[in-house]
Formats: sequence, C-alpha cells, structure tokens
Amino acid sequence: MADSRAATPVVLALVAVGGAVGATARYAVGGALPGLWGTLTANVSGSFLLGLLLYEALRTDRLGDRTRTLLTTGVLSSYTTYSTFVVETVQAAPAVGATYLVGSYALGVAAALAGRAVAARLDPREGREVWA
Amino acid sequence: MSAPGGAAVAPVLASATAAVPAPALVAVGGAGGAVARHLVASAVDRAGDGFPLGTLTVNVLGSFVLGLVTFLPAGGDVSLLVGTGACGAFTTFSSFSVATVQLWDRGERARAAAFVVANTVLAGVAVGAAAALAGAG
Repeated sequence: MADSRAATPVVLALVAVGGAVGATARYAVGGALPGLWGTLTANVSGSFLLGLLLYEALRTDRLGDRTRTLLTTGVLSSYTTYSTFVVETVQAAPAVGATYLVGSYALGVAAALAGRAVAARLDPREGREVWA
Repeated sequence: MSAPGGAAVAPVLASATAAVPAPALVAVGGAGGAVARHLVASAVDRAGDGFPLGTLTVNVLGSFVLGLVTFLPAGGDVSLLVGTGACGAFTTFSSFSVATVQLWDRGERARAAAFVVANTVLAGVAVGAAAALAGAG
C-alpha cells in the first residue's frame, strides 16, 4: 500500500475524482433519505464496502493499487462523513442524539465486520495486515 | 481555514457560486476535501505507530470547520461547497469503522476503545468550540 499513501500527482488526481463522486453520491442519498437517515445510510453502507475492499486486498487483491486508491481513499472515504454525523448528533434532542451516536457506531462496526466476512468468503486464505 | 478567514470569504463565495448547480458545488468541495484528507492523514500517520491518528485528526478538524459553517451560519451555496462537499469528504466514517475493527483484530482492544472515545469526545468538543466562536462573532 506504499503507493496509495504517497502524494504523487496521479494519486492526488485519483483521490480528487473519487472524492467528487463519493461526496455527490452522499448528497444524493441525503436527498432521498432526509435528516439523520441519509447520513446513517451512507456511513453504514460505506463502512461495509470499505471493509470489503480493504480485507479483499489482503486476500485476492484483484484490484490494482490505483483502482483501490480511487475507490477507498477517494470514493468511500468521501461518501461517508464524520463531521456531519457529529454536528447532527449535537443538534438532535438528547435521547435522539444518544441513540444516533450509539446506533451509528454499532451499525458501522457491524458493517465493516460484514464486509470482512464477505471478503473472507471470496478467498478463505489467512489474511495479511492492511491499513485503512 | 481560520474562523475570521472563513467568515470573510463566505459572502464572496456565496455570490461567486450563486449560479452553480448544487451537485457541482458538492462535487468540487468533495474533490478538495478528499485530497486535503489524504495529505493531512498521510502526513500524520507517517509518524505514527499503527494508531489511526490521521483519521482522528481529520475527523476532529473537519468537525470544527463544519461547526463553523453550521453555526455562523453560512449561506446555502457555501454550506453545499464547504459543508456537504469539503468537510463531508475531508472527514470519514468508513475509515473510522474499519480502523476500529483492525485495532480490535490485532488484540489492541484498549486502543480500539480509546480511538472511538477520542473521536467522539474531541470532535464533540470541536463542534462545541465552533458553536461558541460563531456565537461570539
């Protein structure tokens, strides 16, 4: 993953294009599911897909470095958002905010674990270490 | 990105972007936010020991800026460009979820818990500080 962590023009261009796509997709989800539901849906589905792609990298590594950078660092990291989640939590009524906070964390981690499980089914070899 | 700078730039951006469609504003902000996240997180993680400090850093910084955009409050176009686009893409929930699972997988359960608590508390404090600054200004 050394390449994807670099700041070469190609990597930055891939991250920029992916960021534009991911943010626009999140905006579209927010339009379809207003309020907390839109953010929750983007965050949980994005956590599932990032878990799938990163753990898939440990195993079959079907994607090249550039495609993976585009999809993970670019699209999925921008599709999900922490800042909107926190501001929504702060602005919500206390009981709603607490439920939203705990629910988002539980579903986000569960989704990442589900993504990992699907990746393991794709190729049940022992995993190597990877990084988000 | 400082508070006074953001306040001064906001009206200019609002007038300059008035005719731009909403998805285009979000896309441009998203591209900039994603690149900024990659640069900041990579720089922070380079000095790290496996703890996802880069993700924590961007989440706290981006929450602060979104707090300013939310509580000042910025106009609709600035909110789309800087809030939904840039701050939304600069911060990340998916990396947060996956990094937590990875720490736990490595048996670093205390650090996984510390990561979740640090994101929650520091980002919450950042939004509170932004609200206080916006209210004072």
